[in-house]
Amino acid sequence: MLVKSLNPKLFQKNVAMIPTRNGYGEGLVEAGKRDGNVVVLCCDLTESTRSQAFAEQFPERFVQVGVAEQNMAGLAAGMAAYGKVPFTSSYAVFSPGRNWDQTRVAIAYGEANVKIAGAHAGISVGPDGATHQALEDLAIMRVLPGMVVLAPCDAIEAKKAVIAAAEHRGPVYLRFTREKTPIITTPRAPFSIGRAQVLRKGTDATIIAAGPLVFEALLAAEALAGNRTALARIVERYPALSKRVKTSALHGHSMQRAKQAVRWTPASIRDLLAHAGRMDIEVINCPSIKPLDHGAIVASAKKTGRVITVEEHQITGGLFGAIAELLARHHPVPITPIGMPNSFGESGEPMELLEKYGMTAPHVIAALIQQ
Amino acid sequence: MTIRQMERKANAIRQDLVTMLTAAGSGHSAGPLGMADVFTALYFSVLTHDPKHPDDPERDRLFLSNGHICPIWYTTLAHAGYLPRREMLTTLRTMGSRLQGHPHRKALPPIENPAGPLGQGLSQAAGYAYAARIDHAKFQVYCVLSDGEHEEGQTWEAIMFAGKHRLASITAIVDRNNIQIDGYTEDIMPLEPLRAKYEAFNWHVIEVDGHNMEEIIDACSLAKAIVEKPVAILAHTIPGKGVDFMEFDYVWHGKPPNSTEARDALHQLRTLGGRIVGEHE
Repeated sequence: MLVKSLNPKLFQKNVAMIPTRNGYGEGLVEAGKRDGNVVVLCCDLTESTRSQAFAEQFPERFVQVGVAEQNMAGLAAGMAAYGKVPFTSSYAVFSPGRNWDQTRVAIAYGEANVKIAGAHAGISVGPDGATHQALEDLAIMRVLPGMVVLAPCDAIEAKKAVIAAAEHRGPVYLRFTREKTPIITTPRAPFSIGRAQVLRKGTDATIIAAGPLVFEALLAAEALAGNRTALARIVERYPALSKRVKTSALHGHSMQRAKQAVRWTPASIRDLLAHAGRMDIEVINCPSIKPLDHGAIVASAKKTGRVITVEEHQITGGLFGAIAELLARHHPVPITPIGMPNSFGESGEPMELLEKYGMTAPHVIAALIQQ
Repeated sequence: MTIRQMERKANAIRQDLVTMLTAAGSGHSAGPLGMADVFTALYFSVLTHDPKHPDDPERDRLFLSNGHICPIWYTTLAHAGYLPRREMLTTLRTMGSRLQGHPHRKALPPIENPAGPLGQGLSQAAGYAYAARIDHAKFQVYCVLSDGEHEEGQTWEAIMFAGKHRLASITAIVDRNNIQIDGYTEDIMPLEPLRAKYEAFNWHVIEVDGHNMEEIIDACSLAKAIVEKPVAILAHTIPGKGVDFMEFDYVWHGKPPNSTEARDALHQLRTLGGRIVGEHE
């Protein structure tokens, strides 16, 4: 059963679509209004990271660093040491990708109160290709002592995450995405660091998802529960999408993966669902990848006995890694990861890529059946 | 303190440095010995600071970028009254110590930044100076760098940033000792013309003999007076200064003396290289 704090239009065609980076932009302005010490640094990506509104509203607190992410991390650590609350804006492949050593030493080891915003995370960056698709950022940030890691699922949650990060004392990594994705939550929905939210209560299995793919998880769960709107969305969308998936001649990993690519048809999806039968799936939105909500996750695993993780990240070291580490110690159950299978991405349309690399709702359903 | 007294202080600091490194059994010798005069000048003349109020918001800040020369910082801080001399002499690089092998921020109050991986300090100093300027703070921000770490791209990112924003509260002091781990800087990766490079990035540059107390103090005073630009003081130093078998030899970059070498080093320092006959131990 879906909780009440979800967007009531979630499975309809006209669901509002907003990129999570917009929530970052709105959150920055709000945090800037609340706290005069909030400053924003940006590496020549002011508009696309959505730092523009803050820069216009608080020009004296906006710092254009130029294309120099390593310097930006150091500058932010210095500003935090003085007493400011710096947010650094760039693409996740550059920050923390490019400046991980500075992030480790100057920010994490230095216990600097810096908030690192990595935009354009995930394969859904699309046409820019593999160099710009951050699929490792959660892993490299999660491993740093004292670092909070947040991956909001929609623009509304992103805004809340920014405000929570500004109020949290200590370093925080925030992950944002480029594409317009469905608004899943509502302004009333709860958000706090270290908490997960059960979005759909169920008993047969648990899907734990982070980021905009929470939508795919909910779509799969609702289709398995017989929700006709959800089923209609899947049938109208994925067969057409999977037809466009092409084998890549670019590099070994992609070719290997493409051989496994599935061609969905409306009939094959209905077969899949018929094969599954009615299932009552619990869906947990897990925006706080570190610290994890131990209580909620262990309780759900105890209830359902099996888990699927869904993330737009390498399956090693990210959400799957975090959940597996937790459950291995406290309540071992089978866990199947959905994410990038040890592969780099490639150019393509965002949804085509998510389909090709197996991160869409039909793949979630298939994983639930196969587990 | 007179110049003469400061020179004696620097000698005493060098002696403690040798004792400290020998006790630790690991650590860097050449850079710290070479920077003893600069650190003495900083803590006994240049910096506005008060060991009784290490968190005074008006204090001048010192960022150390080449964290591996921290033994000279720790020794000087002990002589300046920030920690007991005994702790300084006996706990470097030991478990539970405030004197970590590379500085840990706030382990001791005057440590403003973590440092170790080269090239990071000037960025942090620049961020600090930039933030302080937003609040119209008046203190100076000093940043000590090695010459070798100018091989790191980040150093130049920070130099470019400070030049762009005319961060005049910054005084960068570069230990131009010409050595790094694998050899001489001009063989490994030439840095010259270092002065012209800084000037091209809109910095003011002053060159000093890094063992001349008066020159160091005067340069810092001039740097403070220059309000148009950040200032780099290129301090020409002799690595291992004061101990003849260490001087100019890059082999001493990253190792401490053993007890025999330490005895020799201390003898040289106490007799000023044999110029004083009577040695009082």
